[in-house]
Amino acid sequence: MWSIELPAFVPFFAAALLALVTRGALRSVLMLAVVALSGLHLWFLDGEVLVNLQFLEYELIPYRVDELSIVFGYVFHIAAFVSILFALHVKDTMQHVCALLYAGSAVGALFAGDLLSLFVFWEILAVSSVFLVWARRTERAYQSGMRYLIIQVMSGVILLGGLLLHVEQSGSLEFGFIGTDHLGGWLILLAFGIKGAFPLLHTWLTDAYPEATPTGTVFLSAFTTKTAIYTLARGYPGTELLIYVGATMACFPIFYAVIQNDLRRVLSYSLINQLGFMVCGIGIGTALAINGAVSHAFVHIIYKSLLFMSMGAVLYRTGKIKATDIGGLYKTMPKTAVLCIIGAASISAFPLFSGFVAKSMIMAAAIKEGYNVVWLALLLASAGVLKHAGIQIPYFAFFAHDSGIRTSEPPKNMLLAMTIAAFLCLAIGIYPKMLYRLLPFATDFNPYDLTHVLAQTQLLFFAMLAFVWLNLQGIYPPEKAAINLDAEWFYRRFLRRLVEKISVWVDGFDSDLRIRVEDRINWIITYFAQRHYPTGKGAVIRPTGNMVMYIAILLAAYLWLLLSFPH
Amino acid sequence: MADKKLYLFDKPRNVKIVLYGLYISCAILLLLDFIVHRHTQHRWEELLGFYSIYGFIGCAAIVIGSKWLRGMVERDEDYYTRDELTMAQEEDYVVD
Repeated sequence: MWSIELPAFVPFFAAALLALVTRGALRSVLMLAVVALSGLHLWFLDGEVLVNLQFLEYELIPYRVDELSIVFGYVFHIAAFVSILFALHVKDTMQHVCALLYAGSAVGALFAGDLLSLFVFWEILAVSSVFLVWARRTERAYQSGMRYLIIQVMSGVILLGGLLLHVEQSGSLEFGFIGTDHLGGWLILLAFGIKGAFPLLHTWLTDAYPEATPTGTVFLSAFTTKTAIYTLARGYPGTELLIYVGATMACFPIFYAVIQNDLRRVLSYSLINQLGFMVCGIGIGTALAINGAVSHAFVHIIYKSLLFMSMGAVLYRTGKIKATDIGGLYKTMPKTAVLCIIGAASISAFPLFSGFVAKSMIMAAAIKEGYNVVWLALLLASAGVLKHAGIQIPYFAFFAHDSGIRTSEPPKNMLLAMTIAAFLCLAIGIYPKMLYRLLPFATDFNPYDLTHVLAQTQLLFFAMLAFVWLNLQGIYPPEKAAINLDAEWFYRRFLRRLVEKISVWVDGFDSDLRIRVEDRINWIITYFAQRHYPTGKGAVIRPTGNMVMYIAILLAAYLWLLLSFPH
Repeated sequence: MADKKLYLFDKPRNVKIVLYGLYISCAILLLLDFIVHRHTQHRWEELLGFYSIYGFIGCAAIVIGSKWLRGMVERDEDYYTRDELTMAQEEDYVVD
């Protein structure tokens, strides 16, 4: 039996170190091998693992593997492997090192059995990932990364505050069910919610992900938000609020996605929409729903990586990613186009593709528990996914108007990484038992019953029909070089203007105050100066004789006092 | 770039084939509703063609809703960056 208690983040950090000191083919082999071995190690792990550590009077559990965390562990390893493979051609050492640190801290956060360890990995996650944005080395990326970092670190600080309150309440640092019956629980939920891109807290995602490097976004799409999903699934299953938060998340981004011009921003909004399904499943909280959320996270990581990879390949080859600039690329990138379509079919949840076998569990759970409106919302969101991710992405990049760009397929490592991801999408879609076996709760769910397959196929085909009809009628909103305001307006415009206004006011007040104080000081100086100028009173020169007279007066006064009080 | 080669979808006939393929599939799927015995979980699902109608209307509603949303939130591309960036023009991304 296999039970070496090597925490899973250690190989990743070691690989980061190796990536720092090696170059070329050796580095490529080492990075892939370490991650693959770490994955195999996890696969052969037998049963649950727990590593304890005493810290002051608290018990820390830096490494805990159980049936919930291990599923995420598997898929994080797959995502890390595929993303590293996709990025192998990159010669930027910083990106490789940070990507490995980032993936490692995500794995560390998964297997953190106590809140303090979780907090530590939470912060490493934030700091290491921002370099994947900065690595693009444009001023726009730098500023976007800065905003990303501030929000991410804020999430960490809130987590710390929450966990301190939680520990005081419960007396234990262990990371289990937290719930919302005390302030600490709410704060921790807020921290998870920021990382999980809850509505209004999501802007860091749609801001920074499209600004990262072509390969960096592939890493980013996999880890941060899914770590949040995992923590929500552990800390807040069955919290009813999450059902409505999730339904909102599933619905509002589809409207935004349709009108975005930057295709990686479309995918970022689509990412939030997908998270919505998972959050909803966690909120419902039954065994079926949690299974659905976990399996959705599993397949989502893979097909989202695939989609971001295909767009990364386009960006890498053409230097462009806006729908207005590209189009017709199927002519010279047919393989990438096919792989992208597989990802698109998976995210749209066509039967035989991976999205179908996962999403249907959440939908089934919503119906079963009687959340009718939520179910309808999720159904709308499903049609919306097809619209923005399933059609918009491949259509505008590879078909639509011919931009005249003639390029070539991306490097072999990129194609191979996309092929692996596409293969997994199909494999899980065709043989879902492979995935269901890994889930935290035993299940005999069968997604392939006739009613269900027919329903989903009808939904998707008629949504496609609507797209075609709207396009032919000319109602469909054309691609347009513009941006769309979102909640980020609050801090990028409103707060900015507010600060400007306040600083103008403070400036005015400050200079006013300075002038008054200066006036007063000047007055004092002038007063003294005038007294001591040649004509001033203070400048009179008195002869020594005067002093003799004063002393005589003083002595006379003494004498008078002495005579008055002889005793 | 002048590219004289004709690709798959440069021929209108091929586009037509795809479109007609979609129309026929939709028709078949809708008809299946009448033939197949469905075991539904929800009352609304019993409605014949429920998913087809919901898919079509849902998708159309999303697109029309987005157009309406665009009317409210659309701004110039440099709406934020003209305040934020110190460089006047940003260079296009240079590949590694």
